[in-house]
Amino acid sequence: MHEARAIDGRSLVRRRAGLRLWLSAGWLGLLCVATLFAPWIAPKDPLAQDLFLGRLPPFWMAGAEPGYWLGTDSLGRDVLSRIIHGARVALAVALIAGTITCLVGATLGLLAGFLRGWVDMVISRLIDIWMAFPPVLFSILLIAVLGPGLWSIIIAIVVIDWTRFARVVRAEAMAQGAMDYVASARVAGRGRLGTMMREILPNVLPTIVVLLTLEMGIAVIVEAILSFVNLSISTDDPTWGGMISEGRTSVHQAWWVLVFPLVTLFLTVLAFSQLGEGLKDRFDPVLR
Amino acid sequence: MPVLSILLVRLLTTAITLAGVAVIVFFVIRVVPGNPIAMMLPPGATEEDIARLSALYGLDKPLVTQFGIWVSGVMQGDFGTSITTRQPVLDLVLGRLPATLELSIMALVMAMILGGAAALTGTRFRGGRTEGAIDVANGMALSVPDFLWGLVLILLFGVLWPVFHISGRVTPSLDLPFTTNFYLFESLIRLRFDLWADIVAHMFMPALALAIPLAAIIGQLLKQSLKETMNLDYVTLARTKGYGETRVILREALRNAALPTLTLVGVQFTFLIGGTVIIERLFSYEGLGNMAIDAVINRDLPLIQGIVILFAVIFTGVNLIVDLLYTVLNPRLRHA
Repeated sequence: MHEARAIDGRSLVRRRAGLRLWLSAGWLGLLCVATLFAPWIAPKDPLAQDLFLGRLPPFWMAGAEPGYWLGTDSLGRDVLSRIIHGARVALAVALIAGTITCLVGATLGLLAGFLRGWVDMVISRLIDIWMAFPPVLFSILLIAVLGPGLWSIIIAIVVIDWTRFARVVRAEAMAQGAMDYVASARVAGRGRLGTMMREILPNVLPTIVVLLTLEMGIAVIVEAILSFVNLSISTDDPTWGGMISEGRTSVHQAWWVLVFPLVTLFLTVLAFSQLGEGLKDRFDPVLR
Repeated sequence: MPVLSILLVRLLTTAITLAGVAVIVFFVIRVVPGNPIAMMLPPGATEEDIARLSALYGLDKPLVTQFGIWVSGVMQGDFGTSITTRQPVLDLVLGRLPATLELSIMALVMAMILGGAAALTGTRFRGGRTEGAIDVANGMALSVPDFLWGLVLILLFGVLWPVFHISGRVTPSLDLPFTTNFYLFESLIRLRFDLWADIVAHMFMPALALAIPLAAIIGQLLKQSLKETMNLDYVTLARTKGYGETRVILREALRNAALPTLTLVGVQFTFLIGGTVIIERLFSYEGLGNMAIDAVINRDLPLIQGIVILFAVIFTGVNLIVDLLYTVLNPRLRHA
């Protein structure tokens, strides 16, 4: 009876994991569509101001104007259109910053964990130093140095977050490096670089993929935080963080200006991390 | 290795880390465009005025000389003078530190209570719907960072059902009899429960926002090790004695399951302290992090340096204490 329940539980876990994998992938796919076709999907011009249409409520409330589905902000800009256009910045930051951070961090972690010796010592000390910085303050400092803009945000994320990959990949590479198959590959005549790329890397790759999806969610948040302290892209381009920051100041007069971009951001971050968790379950041999 | 030499090695690496932080922050912020001196003078200031004031703050010397002056000052406890407020950096920073410490510790306590309750409930009703619900809640709490939880809380308890204050540390009109900046602590000592309630009503939401992700980590880890402990022989023995399930969990399993969680809490606590920077900004809470963001915006170089170094000292200090405690508590590691 005990066993039957265990098997049941396992299939339940798998079904739930499959569901959340598809839900998150679906939401992220929707965002990709919004990013690619924003000018055609968005019902209004995201930058068009109309002071006579300021702070219109969403469509189901009294006083709503047809066409402005999720209402307008204090300058009369359409909230829905701004969210759709804001997806462009969010996804661009997630994909580009996430990928570069992953490449830099995973490479350094792999080198440190496999080569050991002085390489490991230098990289480990760097990680220690990086971990002693408060990350949000570090990113704000970097943006102050680099000036606002999409690429500044991406560089700041890479500079700060490479340690997330380096720490985990280093530990994994060390564990893999101690295993017999690595020793036998060396005996069979593979060089150090070959062993690292052909033997260690494939075994660390699942971990890297999971970390990458998590990092993409983090990148979206960092962009929002920087917009919130007014250090992100130029103030014209709609970003979710910028909308949230504006919404926060007028939350008592027009809650929808805060709520809709917040819900979008919330779902996106949740989708990235659930995608990561779902992939982890797929890769995890214990659950399979 | 004996404990003493472990301590020495750890102290040495901590010193290297702090030195690295000092070098990086000093040189990075000097690349920031925008002359801090020009920003603090009125628009009509002449080149000569700017030069004179730069000399006063030592900003006219070569970078390496400036670094030397700053480091030798720091060694003697002198962190320089803030450019915007013209007060000693150390006084400013130490004045704000209590607010941030109280917030972080309150958040830590909340996280331990919430996470502990989730883990205990999940273990008590394991295998059922309750555990499933707790797992889902944990997963959500873990995926979403403190910044977003802060915004959600503002909507819930600041707008929808306004029971807590959404900004500040204490109602400004209140007359504060405090001699230290540990408001929460001192109001308790002085038995001023009216003030204490006001301070808690201000701290509740920022602390909870910081606590939620950590609570999820504690909940997940503690539940896992509790469930493992529940299968051990000595727990079975306790059950055969006829003790109820709840009592077995609380009295027998919890003590042994808590250690791995506690060591993790130490490391996670530094992440929580790092999170105070943006959370304090979000709730206009007058702590270190909020002051740090203002310092960056105003290009107040000495103040930025002081705050970053203080954060680094706190982070490395917490990690050092956790490592040493773990070595002391876990004898197997002493010989590793």
